[in-house]
Amino acid sequence: MNSPANNDILVNINNLNVTFTAGRKPVRAVDGVNLQIRRGEVVALIGESGSGKSVTLRSILKLHPARKTIMQGSIEVDGKDVLRMTPAELADFRGSMASMIFQEPLLALDPVYTVGDQIIEAIRRHENIDKAAAHARALEMFERVRIPSPERRLAAYPHEMSGGMRQRAMISLALATHPKLLLADEPTTALDATVQIQILLLLRELQRELGLSVVFVTHDIGAAVEVADRIAVMYAGRIVEEGPVRTLIREPQHPYTQALLRSVAHGSFTKGSRLDTIPGSPPDLANLPAGCVFADRCQRAGDECRQTAPDETWITPDHRARCFKLEVVTA
Amino acid sequence: MLNVTVDPKKVPALVFERSPGYWETVLRRLLRDPVAIGAGIVILILFILAVFGQHIAPADPYASSIMKRLKPIGFEGHPLGTDELGRDMLSRLIVGAKLSLFMGITPVVLAFVIGSTIGIVAGYAGGLINSMIMRTIDIFYAFPSVLLAIALSGVLGAGITNSLISLTIVFIPPIARVAESVTTQIRGRDFVEAARASGANALTIVRVHVLGNVLGPIFVYATSLIAVSMILASGLSFLGLGVKPPEPEWGLMLNTLRTAIYVQPWIAALPGVMIFITSIAFNLLSDGLRSAMEIKN
Amino acid sequence: MTTTLTQAKDVGGPAQPLLSVRGLVKHFPLKKDLLGRSTGVVRAVDDISFDVFKGETLGVVGESGCGKSTTARLLMNLIERNSGEIVFDAQTVGSASLSLKDFRRQAQMVFQDSYASLNPRLTIEDSIAFAPQVHGVDKKSAIDRARDLLARVGLEPKRFAERYPHELSGGQRQRVNIARALALQPRLIVLDEAVSALDKSVEAQVLNLLLDLKDEFGLTYVFISHDLNVVRYISDRVMVMYLGQVVEIGDSETMFNNPLHPYTKALLSSVPSLDPDDRTETPPLTGDPPNPINPPSGCRFHTRCAHAQQICKEKMPSLELQADGQTVACLMHVPSSGYKMQSKTEPATA
Repeated sequence: MNSPANNDILVNINNLNVTFTAGRKPVRAVDGVNLQIRRGEVVALIGESGSGKSVTLRSILKLHPARKTIMQGSIEVDGKDVLRMTPAELADFRGSMASMIFQEPLLALDPVYTVGDQIIEAIRRHENIDKAAAHARALEMFERVRIPSPERRLAAYPHEMSGGMRQRAMISLALATHPKLLLADEPTTALDATVQIQILLLLRELQRELGLSVVFVTHDIGAAVEVADRIAVMYAGRIVEEGPVRTLIREPQHPYTQALLRSVAHGSFTKGSRLDTIPGSPPDLANLPAGCVFADRCQRAGDECRQTAPDETWITPDHRARCFKLEVVTA
Repeated sequence: MLNVTVDPKKVPALVFERSPGYWETVLRRLLRDPVAIGAGIVILILFILAVFGQHIAPADPYASSIMKRLKPIGFEGHPLGTDELGRDMLSRLIVGAKLSLFMGITPVVLAFVIGSTIGIVAGYAGGLINSMIMRTIDIFYAFPSVLLAIALSGVLGAGITNSLISLTIVFIPPIARVAESVTTQIRGRDFVEAARASGANALTIVRVHVLGNVLGPIFVYATSLIAVSMILASGLSFLGLGVKPPEPEWGLMLNTLRTAIYVQPWIAALPGVMIFITSIAFNLLSDGLRSAMEIKN
Repeated sequence: MTTTLTQAKDVGGPAQPLLSVRGLVKHFPLKKDLLGRSTGVVRAVDDISFDVFKGETLGVVGESGCGKSTTARLLMNLIERNSGEIVFDAQTVGSASLSLKDFRRQAQMVFQDSYASLNPRLTIEDSIAFAPQVHGVDKKSAIDRARDLLARVGLEPKRFAERYPHELSGGQRQRVNIARALALQPRLIVLDEAVSALDKSVEAQVLNLLLDLKDEFGLTYVFISHDLNVVRYISDRVMVMYLGQVVEIGDSETMFNNPLHPYTKALLSSVPSLDPDDRTETPPLTGDPPNPINPPSGCRFHTRCAHAQQICKEKMPSLELQADGQTVACLMHVPSSGYKMQSKTEPATA
């Protein structure tokens, strides 16, 4: 693996497999995922529904129900493997080392407590400080996330806040315990356009100020480009391409990434022409094909693609893709 | 150009089978639930007792004998003993199933039909009509069911028909409430809006779109009321407002065996045990049905 | 019993707008307090007027609280309007010349939630065949037509006709909803966030389908969406709504290249950049879209507008036609409004 000095890497996901056993057939949601996130780096996981991006994210906090999930591989955060932590270690880990923000704040915030109370409770669960000090921290967080009249808003209930405000409150709840890693699961998808851009910029600003590492899951490539240093593209549970944001957007190599980018840039299309679509639909995760997961929708697919799943090919030291038919000379 | 059909070779053969309808899926799920099956078997046995009771019973449930009063369980010729008039308990319990089940199920069936109609009309109409209907229903709903049943029976008089009527009236409000609530939810769904947008009138929409979606949940709720109905009917008989002696009915038997509780406590408890078993069986089946109907995609 | 339905004849001629909306108002009352007095109203749609021309796609954009979904339901007569009129091809809906039922045959809607739009107890073909049967088509013909439409939208009838909604994917369900909307041979289809819940690659397929069907059946679309890129791609004209009012309408390309209303400008620049070297630095607007319960006085956007002046708080701008053919409701673009222009061109951003 072409990686820099090891203490620079905060998260090391190694050969992660996640299989859900609840239904009639086991569903392989994540298949052989390798990903590294450095300190202070923002990595965006993009993909469509069923790509496994949310499942990967939730695995980092080990949020899947233990009985119905089989997880293999390792997820090392700051040296400790999350998948092998005891429940006590996990409770410690969640919040103080890593926290998460979600698409729908109303689901993450408790409706019967004020947001201020929830933040104070979160802080005091991980640190031994008194209520007044915790309150001051909460106030500081609210100011940081640009909530107007922060003192008054601390005493508000979640349903009394507007969508954008709630999202900011959720962000301050997540950051109040000073985690090193922030996991964001489609945090701006449900927001209006003018609010979305504010939250994206806020996340970028906070990340720079606090030196956070961020894993940002989204299906919106534009949002990913605004915040990420690197982008990993997922399809049917695998990372099919990963690299710095400029490289991925300007010179994508994997056929799926290329097709995805083509179908998004609506603005530059001539009126009346038809969009370039990817024929077919994503595979059934309970019935994955033997070869490359994208083969039956790929224009370049050959026999080799249908029989064997491609390994990672390193195009440059920091850009990789899983494909037999890359049209570029590899490093 | 429209390249959306998937290569048939890649599609598992399953795809070309006829897809099971909703109720078929519910039935299959129910049959995989051991508790529901157990409850179902118990109910089936009870129904057999109800229908064929006279032929199954070893002795004449009406034949009394002063000599053989309150004989204990295991007495020769009377496996479950005899009651205060010397009649065979086993036979009376078996034959009693008919009346007890009848008194328990009939009011719920009638209330289901009437209550659903009221509730669906109120739920679909909305607005003022809904308020008028539901507030009237609420007046009845405010009374505890036992009190209401007794009061109505008192007004109508004793006897089987009258207690059926009073029990039906007791169950109409809760069923109507559930029906209204479910109908209101369905009415707000996009597919009902789409049906309105296609120009269909209210009756057609209710028939095609609403009924199929609401009758299920209402039915599940109604089955959970059967147990209550049995107990209330037994209670009415116990109080002398329902079935009259010498008819065998479990609630009535509990009443007449009251005084025997010091002499033969086990025998006095037997009719109660039957009521208990039946109630639990219906409750468990109703639970199983509700779980089977919660089909998530 | 008829066996087929044909598309209704054109009445007003090509110059007549297919849909004309004037002064449309819808206020929703808030919960009443104990004494039965209403505590306020939500001014969801507050006096809007616009036309939809035959054969065009009118895009409608705006954020939460702007009233676009309410407008869609008002257009379809699914909710009662408080005032205003809706004229369909020169005929008033509900009048002697055009009954509500006849109107319903000519205007159909596709909703955002593909699953909630289909009755889970009916098979796909039954769902599609329902509307024709309501209008007198016999069952067998209606089912045949349903199967034909399924094929037209790219779903093989043999595989899909007898399935239930939960067995289909989101994209497939939305195709079913489109087929269902086509079943009555309408002239107008209102698409309310119809592709918003779909994955990008599926969305592209459905958009292509919509364009093909529009050509084949001679349809007119009202396309409501929050995704500006999609709206730009598919629309001929675009209408921008803010807090229950229309702030700008005009040709799509012209508007995207040169938005006139400050809100339109802010909205368009809120779209995330796809260029890693040209990232957005400052958000074009701060705060959340306000509540339609107590809208600001005068121009509703003045509280967040960088160009607002005192006159904007007092005077409500109305839609005015501009030189380039666009229509905008902003005092800045009306010379006689009392708005003080700082120079001949637009004032600099504050």
